Amino acid sequence: MIGTFPRIPSGCAISGMMSRRARHMTGEAVIKSIALMHDRSNGLGGGFAAYGIYPDFKDHYAFHILYNSKQNRIDTENYLKDKFVIDRCEPIPTRNVEAVTDPPIIWRYFLKIEEKNLYHNNQLIDERDYVVNVVMHINNKIDGAFVMSSGKNMGAFKGVGYPEDIGRFFCLDEYEAYIWTAHGRFPTNTPGWWGGAHPFCLLDWSVVHNGEISSYGINKRYLEMFGYKCELQTDTEVVAYLVDLLHRKQGIPLDLTCKALASPFWKDIDKMKPEQREVFTVLRQVYGSALLNGPFSFIIANSGAMIGLNDRIKLRPMTVGVKDDMVYMASEESAIREICPDLDEVWAAKAGEPIIVELEEGVKV
Amino acid sequence: MRIDAKGMHYRELNKIIRQAVKDGTKELVLDNINGQRYIGTGINEKVRIIVNGVPGNDLAAFMNGPEIVVNGNGQDGIGNTMNDGSVVIHGGAGDVIGYAMRGGRIFIKGNVGYRVGIHMKEYKDQVPCIVVGGSTGDFLGEYMAGGILVVLGLNRRQGEPLTGDYLGTGMHGGVIYLRGEVEKYKLGKEVNIFELDDDDKKKLKPLIEEYCAYFDCDLEEILNAPFYKLLPVSSRPYGRLYAY
Repeated sequence: MIGTFPRIPSGCAISGMMSRRARHMTGEAVIKSIALMHDRSNGLGGGFAAYGIYPDFKDHYAFHILYNSKQNRIDTENYLKDKFVIDRCEPIPTRNVEAVTDPPIIWRYFLKIEEKNLYHNNQLIDERDYVVNVVMHINNKIDGAFVMSSGKNMGAFKGVGYPEDIGRFFCLDEYEAYIWTAHGRFPTNTPGWWGGAHPFCLLDWSVVHNGEISSYGINKRYLEMFGYKCELQTDTEVVAYLVDLLHRKQGIPLDLTCKALASPFWKDIDKMKPEQREVFTVLRQVYGSALLNGPFSFIIANSGAMIGLNDRIKLRPMTVGVKDDMVYMASEESAIREICPDLDEVWAAKAGEPIIVELEEGVKV
Repeated sequence: MRIDAKGMHYRELNKIIRQAVKDGTKELVLDNINGQRYIGTGINEKVRIIVNGVPGNDLAAFMNGPEIVVNGNGQDGIGNTMNDGSVVIHGGAGDVIGYAMRGGRIFIKGNVGYRVGIHMKEYKDQVPCIVVGGSTGDFLGEYMAGGILVVLGLNRRQGEPLTGDYLGTGMHGGVIYLRGEVEKYKLGKEVNIFELDDDDKKKLKPLIEEYCAYFDCDLEEILNAPFYKLLPVSSRPYGRLYAY
């Protein structure tokens, strides 16, 4: 380039891998995969979600929390003590990585709920709703404290930096998980800060995202009606809460949940058979405010599934690969080949058509 | 010349390639390619580049002369604003293939993704061509202003459509040849389906012959099926856009 700044080619990267037999793998492979797409991110965010990493505490809610200051930590811990039995708490182990500077204070907590706490005005409330309320309270009411993840036997690790550096910073080579998802960030509309890196998590949900959600305002206001508060300054946050609302709370099957987020166009609904047409008409009418607009490719995960989802006109890339019990999803095929050169099957995801990968029948985690 | 590109960053690789071309190398074999972007980008000489592996995005972007053969699948953005030369992919390819392409030829053995041939253009004897052996995603030939797109639909799975939706949306030049029928609702507002005339057959045959030569297919078998063409039904639809 002559006399100008070199163009920085980028546009976010996502990668995910899952063993359908719940075989555990260290974080090295997913780091290698996301690192291959280094040039898609710009160093302002990287992160990972890992499932199955806390087998010794698998019935505890594992909270990963970022703090700006020690006082923020003390305030939050006082609140947590009030709400939970804290069976263990500790700083999340990190190693010095030159490229990762100025990290916040990062702790994790293994929490149980006393049954008496679950009664509100003599009414038993759902344990997971209780946890969601706590997460919303910390993120919104306690200064300088942000919950990275709050699910059982899983956790999010994220921060400002390139994903491969964030992965080494959090020593992910020392964790073993049966689902790993990863994100390399190139923030476009919102600040690059530790809490705003992907994945976005709630309970055992995690979401990594390439793209932008132009319906964010509508989705955010819709979620507020159900008590979800979006405070992390990144559009992707709404997706974690939408899948929690639609699938967990309202019991909509995963495939239809995806079809509410990326619903078929009316012209395509018109072409459906009457029964199907009725389902999709109702889905769009009831969940119109959950519809996601704008370009996206997501990898959404929970303890039992990994889901790939693209926007309805495929404005972001996503490739899927299969090898034995392993399923891979990534922004580029090469990112899958880097860790599994010899795939049984490889194909590009289609617009608006979710790819839902679940554990094999009978597999326990 | 042979280059082992394992773990090599695209900047380093492309620097080596450009230097080799400058030094007069006529054929380069790139082994262990995986995800390196911009291979062949901006090269003006008629060299041959064999890519073993999956090349990264923007393969052959702004390319002006070389012949690239990929033994593997391609990714997105192949032949972006390409001017001359050829790309042969022994596999499938991703989205936005041939974006704003203005010359040269791209042959893809298998399926391609979305927006293939978007904004292709032509001028006099500069007529870009893309031949897809398999099926395509939505928005084939979107905003196409010139050139030739061919979709053969070979080796499709049961029920797999020849093309996606929104065919030729915004198209106002060039031609799309389809081996087989498409549902009327898939057509963009700016195009319609026509039968082939002798002129079309003269244009189409050499392209399919070339496809068959690269991928070892039976020409007769491919030609022995009905072809249709998509043409824009209005020219310069935006000619009056700024007229008031």
